[in-house]
Amino acid sequence: MSNSDLTRIFAISTPGDGAAVETSSATSRRTFIKISGAGLVLGLMPLPEVAGLGGAAEAAATSLAPNPFLVIAPDDTVTVIIKHLDKGQGAATGLASLAAEELDADWSQIRTVFAPADATKYKNLEFGVQGVGGSNGLSNSYSQYREAGATARAMLVSAAASAWKVPAAEITVKAGKLAHSSGKSASFGEMAQAAAIVAVPKSVKLKDAKDFVFIGKSFPRVDSVAKSNGTAKYTIDQQMDGMLVAVIARPPKFGATVKSVDASATEKIAGVVRVITIPQGVAVLAKSTWPAIKGREALKIVWDESKAETRGTAEIFAEYRAALDKPGLPVRAEGDAAAAMAKAAKVVSVDFEFPYLAHATMEPMNAVVRFNGTKAEIWTGSQLQTVDQGVAAAILGIKPENVSLTTLWAGGSFGRRAVPDAHFVAEACMIAKAYGQPVPIKTIWTREDDIKGGYYRPAYLHRIKAGLDAAGKIIAWRHVIVGQSIIAGTPFEAMAVKDGIDLSSVEGANNLPYAIPNFKLELTTTKIGVPVLWWRSVGSTHTAHATEHMIDILAREAGRDPLMFRMDLLAKHPRHAEALKLAAFKAGWDAPLPAGRFRGMALHESFKSYVAQVAEISLKDGGGFKVERVVCAVDCGIAVNPDVVVAQMEGGIGYGLGAAMKGAITLKGGAVEQSNFDDYEVLRMSEMPRIEVHIVPSTAPPQASGSPVHRRSCRPSPTRFWPRRAFERLRCR
Amino acid sequence: MPTIITVNGERRSLDADPETPLLWVLRDELELTGTKFGCGIAQCGACTVHVKGEPQRSCQITLKDAAGLEITTIEGLSGKVAEAVRKAWASLDVVQCGYCQSGQVMAAVALLQAKPKPTDADIDTAFDGNICRCNTYTRIRAGVHAGSKMLGG
Repeated sequence: MSNSDLTRIFAISTPGDGAAVETSSATSRRTFIKISGAGLVLGLMPLPEVAGLGGAAEAAATSLAPNPFLVIAPDDTVTVIIKHLDKGQGAATGLASLAAEELDADWSQIRTVFAPADATKYKNLEFGVQGVGGSNGLSNSYSQYREAGATARAMLVSAAASAWKVPAAEITVKAGKLAHSSGKSASFGEMAQAAAIVAVPKSVKLKDAKDFVFIGKSFPRVDSVAKSNGTAKYTIDQQMDGMLVAVIARPPKFGATVKSVDASATEKIAGVVRVITIPQGVAVLAKSTWPAIKGREALKIVWDESKAETRGTAEIFAEYRAALDKPGLPVRAEGDAAAAMAKAAKVVSVDFEFPYLAHATMEPMNAVVRFNGTKAEIWTGSQLQTVDQGVAAAILGIKPENVSLTTLWAGGSFGRRAVPDAHFVAEACMIAKAYGQPVPIKTIWTREDDIKGGYYRPAYLHRIKAGLDAAGKIIAWRHVIVGQSIIAGTPFEAMAVKDGIDLSSVEGANNLPYAIPNFKLELTTTKIGVPVLWWRSVGSTHTAHATEHMIDILAREAGRDPLMFRMDLLAKHPRHAEALKLAAFKAGWDAPLPAGRFRGMALHESFKSYVAQVAEISLKDGGGFKVERVVCAVDCGIAVNPDVVVAQMEGGIGYGLGAAMKGAITLKGGAVEQSNFDDYEVLRMSEMPRIEVHIVPSTAPPQASGSPVHRRSCRPSPTRFWPRRAFERLRCR
Repeated sequence: MPTIITVNGERRSLDADPETPLLWVLRDELELTGTKFGCGIAQCGACTVHVKGEPQRSCQITLKDAAGLEITTIEGLSGKVAEAVRKAWASLDVVQCGYCQSGQVMAAVALLQAKPKPTDADIDTAFDGNICRCNTYTRIRAGVHAGSKMLGG
């Protein structure tokens, strides 16, 4: 089958400009107008509260700040205030581009600063708290930041119309310049002061998609330069007068507590200032990082392990295997899977084990806290700003409004910095409170703290049993998942746990798109004393792997081509089908491969984006294999910045591949066996495949299709084209 | 007794414990925070500096051992090769979270200085010690090739 055959058979649509659908959510508009009502005109906006706009008091008299999202200064800069953490996914670039689009700004005049923690102005419109997760950073802000830009544009135009005594409708705005056919023109900066006293318009019209200058185009990131010359500031880079650095000796087993401490050797180390016991362990405070680390090594701690988790990976999986044979909670049931299975010509049952995984962000967790008894200042790469703020306030015994939280660039997150218990901010606050002096204290995690510290992607065990009829059609599917809940017991429980089912445990399995008449999915939720957390693409990290691997096994058993086997089951899911066709077409599916090369595919929906991948592998001498090439097709609705989408897919493929091939946290007697990058291995340069990303042209709005800065864990699913040893290697991951 | 080291062409006198890793001297004492902490055991390359133009892990060099060495950090990186690499990094938007990128840029400059026309295999060897958890590896590779091209390679 050649590519031209594929084109004919599947009628591949020609990639072109993705036309966009105009969107304006009623909810966000109301929120926005309410917010603008509080700061109608310039001078009423409390500008200096925004980090990075210090000294803005005098600038305020001449700047335009019609809403909490942007400030236009007389120097012609447009500063967009970014409400979400940017941990590499491009939030700053993305949100700035939405405002720039409607403002008709020039990209070179755009600056960004992170917003302070303030849910009244900066909440996630899908969560109610300020924060970002589930890849919804751009989608929840899509209308909000565009309206912010459109409002400022209308005010600039209105000011120019008054100044030039011409009708507003005759004024054009392009690349940061206002102009009129009479020859009059002005920069945004020149018009900012006059625009600041114009009434904020009650409603604004957003652009038609055909007029987009930025949205749907690739334009440069705002952070490339600062991040390649060492000037971008992360939390660990905070250096302040009188600052102390703290590291915490943490229990060797989860749930253990401090019984007694002998800090005498620690206190003799030059630079060590104080040793403080907090519920999380024993903190060593020092004048700089090295004495803090050395001081921690010198501590002699006796731990009380009476309430600690002492099971190891072997015991945990033995319990999980036993749970597979007991009925779980029903998640989704159609037809009669048991009856159909009994009638099947062939029944296949496969178990899939998934280990705990650490996120291993390049910058380990950290937070700087300064507390003077009545007010606190916090600097951190916060992904849930107002959750961190609220927890800090509760610990310090002050009101949340007395906690100012400044978000800094974060050295990766992958979910790790969105912590419902705010634990790494909480412990930094406990240290600051116990120390009792208003000096900034930077609490840092070392890599060992990070790898051993929990908050892992949970371990899961899946069993999928499926029945094929004599024609090779899937007639029965029974899927059982066993593992810990990420969300039970957190403030997000009401949102994501329904009838005892944590949706994040089953997402990707409960919405399996394939037409299977008799389907049953069950979940058994376990209780293990290992803290767990969402990990890039959450439930799909394991459900995509198990279900797609199983589909391939069934295609092999049925003697079918994995592509056509899937296509036959996707009649009701055109977006899945389109993504799969595009990946197959671009990869040259069924084109002959060189000797020693093999090809496989996978298809999955996650956070309302649809991704298909075709992977090519080669066998290594002496065992193992290398993924040589991955062709990826993604439908994420409108891709606000296609190059950022491509970057996220490239990164997601590498992140998932590293976990599938190498990553595993294991426990023995309750203690984590790994400690650093030497034994918790991650993907490296020589293991990265060549990647080609193709974006499915879409007119679907981003809020209905997941974030355009979407990312996904890639687990290229082995197929009949793959040799068995590659197949087996991936089954137990 | 203070230890004298040369960083980015400047002589600096330091009173810190001579056993302190250069990484923490740079970051905490000299406030050159572009050099990042990632692992502390020479596994990730985030703390890469140049010692006489060679990429070295600053977490593995003590202050005592650094005495008399000429050390260049990301803040002091200059010259034609550095400019080309930075230009390539910006034009390809290599960075994501960016935390490892000081180390990646240091590795790229050292490689291009030693081998103006590196092959993919050369890049694998030069960068396998520099972890990027955002997995920007494809763009780092493209960035090295683009830098090489700009320099006439």
